[in-house]
Amino acid sequence: MRLDVLNRGYSPSTKLLFTVIRLFSRQPVPDAAKLVFYRPDFYGSRAKEFTHEAMRGPSAWSVADRELMAAYVSKVNESAFCIGAHTATASQAYQDTPRVVAVLDDLDSAPVEEPLRATLRMLGKLIAAGTVSSADMREVLAAGVTPRQVEDALAVCTAFNTTNRLADAFGFEVLSPEGFASGAKYLLKRGYR
Amino acid sequence: MPDQDIKQATYRALVERVLNGEGSASAEQRVRAFGDVGLAAPLDALVGKVVARPTRVTEADFAAAKAAGFSEDQLFELVVCAAVGQSTRLYEAGLATLAEVTAEGKVG
Repeated sequence: MRLDVLNRGYSPSTKLLFTVIRLFSRQPVPDAAKLVFYRPDFYGSRAKEFTHEAMRGPSAWSVADRELMAAYVSKVNESAFCIGAHTATASQAYQDTPRVVAVLDDLDSAPVEEPLRATLRMLGKLIAAGTVSSADMREVLAAGVTPRQVEDALAVCTAFNTTNRLADAFGFEVLSPEGFASGAKYLLKRGYR
Repeated sequence: MPDQDIKQATYRALVERVLNGEGSASAEQRVRAFGDVGLAAPLDALVGKVVARPTRVTEADFAAAKAAGFSEDQLFELVVCAAVGQSTRLYEAGLATLAEVTAEGKVG
């Protein structure tokens, strides 16, 4: 990563934890994990808590839908590490890689439910324009999405819009397909806390 | 606490911490990075990219900020503040439009 402290600035106990992760997963520790372990009191602890609430907390959206939203937000932001991580996680969660690939390739023609499509489209516009019009929001609600679901989707967008920016600013190393698959398995088993 | 309030309260705790908790960068610098306003060169370039086009950030942006006297810990904090600030503006914009549209629905 672009700051030496993010590569080396960890306590002996955290370094030991990283060694254990490497031994068990047989993969390098993802930079996303390292980031939240660096001075966790400043950012990591609360970021993990919010991300876990958004991704695994109570919601009418499934975990798979929320992982797809994370992948889609990452695609809009062109964030290579996060696209890889959440394409893998959404694919495992749905047990359906073609569905995830189709959404990221062309949302309009992808075989997904209209409420999810309308929600993803709204998130894309929000990120691109920094705002979303009333007309855009009415379309989402008209597609059958509840206001609560919109709030849930906005929380997912917020969590990953931040992670995307940090991944690209700090220069997260893109993992191998095996590395992303291993991380995805962990995220589906343990979540983000 | 209802579920939505927990989500938003958890987010507010994050924002509150990065802006007002202890840090290597001054609280004033963190607020400026969060808002992407009032920063001097070369930090303004780094923060501007984190906000608008993070894929364009380079080693040179960090090198220039370090040469201007910022430590790695200060840059870690300021980049985090810039990213969280931009996301906060999106979150608030989305929630505000939703509130507006759902209020119309109730009146109509």
